[in-house]
Amino acid sequence: MTSLVDLSLLEMNAALRAGEISSRELTLACLERIERLEPLLHAFLTLNPEKALAQADAADRSLNAWRKEPDRPLPALLGIPIAVKDVLCVADIRCTCGSRILDNFFPPYNATVIERLLAAGVVILGKTNTDEFAMGSSTENSAYGTTHNPWDFDRVPGGSSGGSAAAVASRLVPAALGTDTGGSVRQPASFCGVTGIKPTYGRVSRYGLVAYGSSLDVVGAFAHSAAEVVLLFTLMAGHDPLDATTVDLPVQEVRLSQPAGHDFPERALQGLCIGVPQEYFVSGIQPEVDAAVHQAIAVLESLGAEVRQVSLPHTGYALPVYYLIAPAEASANLARYDGIRYGPRQPTDDIWEVFRCTRGDKFGPEVKRRIMLGTYALSAGYYDAYYGQAQKVRTLIKHDFESAFQYVDVVAAPVAPTTAFRIGEHGDDPLSMYLEDVFTLPANLAGVPGLAFPVGFDSRGLPVGMQLMSPHFREDILFQAAHAFQQVTDWHLRRPPLEPDTI
Amino acid sequence: MILTLEEVEHIAELARLTLTETETERYREQLSAILEYFAQLRELDTAGISPTSSVLPARSVLRPDEPRPGLSPEQLLRNAPEAKDNQFRVPLILE
Repeated sequence: MTSLVDLSLLEMNAALRAGEISSRELTLACLERIERLEPLLHAFLTLNPEKALAQADAADRSLNAWRKEPDRPLPALLGIPIAVKDVLCVADIRCTCGSRILDNFFPPYNATVIERLLAAGVVILGKTNTDEFAMGSSTENSAYGTTHNPWDFDRVPGGSSGGSAAAVASRLVPAALGTDTGGSVRQPASFCGVTGIKPTYGRVSRYGLVAYGSSLDVVGAFAHSAAEVVLLFTLMAGHDPLDATTVDLPVQEVRLSQPAGHDFPERALQGLCIGVPQEYFVSGIQPEVDAAVHQAIAVLESLGAEVRQVSLPHTGYALPVYYLIAPAEASANLARYDGIRYGPRQPTDDIWEVFRCTRGDKFGPEVKRRIMLGTYALSAGYYDAYYGQAQKVRTLIKHDFESAFQYVDVVAAPVAPTTAFRIGEHGDDPLSMYLEDVFTLPANLAGVPGLAFPVGFDSRGLPVGMQLMSPHFREDILFQAAHAFQQVTDWHLRRPPLEPDTI
Repeated sequence: MILTLEEVEHIAELARLTLTETETERYREQLSAILEYFAQLRELDTAGISPTSSVLPARSVLRPDEPRPGLSPEQLLRNAPEAKDNQFRVPLILE
């Protein structure tokens, strides 16, 4: 039997408007599925059923009023349930950042992206699991347990936005928010077989996002298709006076060539030039990932795109550059967790001991590791050799993209060298975990947008993701190309084996 | 190993982190291995390359200084581990 959760976000939107379903029915259907599948997945850290149902009822009242006066404008996502990564502040809902140091933190205000989506009518079902302070690639660094990959419960969903990606892949919610500092939207999208956008740095407000690496952090979104993700992106993007890093450029309306279900123009990508960077197809990449991404590039070519080889020569240096810059910024950003204004305090009489003991006791191992690494990179005597040199090589990585984009419109590459790895596979070897991020880090360092979407499966049945990257503020090209791809393929519609009969 | 135990203790002190002996030893090994891997950055000649601290062009973002509503003391103190008389309470910091 088809359940409401099987509808796509676009179908839900249409059914709500037509009065075929109510937001309360939809919200209850999601909550019921969450209750059934959460013991297997652990995608959520906090659920918000009472407030969600109140928001759904309010949406239903607006929908009823609108049906009597259909000429009035209607908020774009009225009555649609979503989930939010637990690093974004939603007023009066617990925000842990996956950390014991914020175990009982209730934000007094909404992040700007939350304000904008609430104004668009969404229903917030809950907060999703994340590596502590978004530092990780698997959710294994969450202080509240690991999320399981819906395609294989013994594997990670990716990270750090692994809870959001797993929730969308399992159809607990039709869409969810994530953040991407070094790949934290794209890599879990790839591991879970969903579509996820990492917008241009400065395109989406970070006001109300708990800061990790401030020159890199971006808020993004997950759904099944590019046509759905673009809806969320367009609502979230734009200048915010409360975030001085947002850019005052108009948000372009993204016109997708054809709505799903209609005849699709054969040469939809005529005129698009796609660059394939040789540095992303190296030994060590899982052969099935290599093959699926090349096949996907061939599909884009069959839609009229031109494909060229390009070189991003400093790609290999992105890892050390990122793992110096992000921890350096984190060591400063996380200085605020000192047991004074929020979080638990280790009871002691001495203020310095309060700082040291609270932080030493409540931060997890990876967060402490990155704070130490960043503190070292910024410390007297080492600044020039590590942090300073990393910032200069960052310039070279940025130049790589600028040079490539003189010749091509987008760059196509695998999201990660492998499909989802096993829980515990990287054990206590942080460097081997960092190497999982090797293909996602360059976009963050250059500030360019990236869109990840499923392009196949490996022999174990695990999803393979591809990412397209474009020049700053040209997310429109990414959505158009991925949408065209999704009109002629069905990887994004495949479902993990979670159907009611099998559970 | 690149780092000595004393250096790890010094970094922890700068970062205001109490570490156990086991943690100090483990971070010494792990951070040394990571820094060793990072040595590849020194291969690159970056003479004449300016550092990137932000990918966006620097620009003035000053706004008019106009009063607007803010959060109430109750809202601000709600998450405090200790509060008194509308203020955050801390251990004695001056004798």
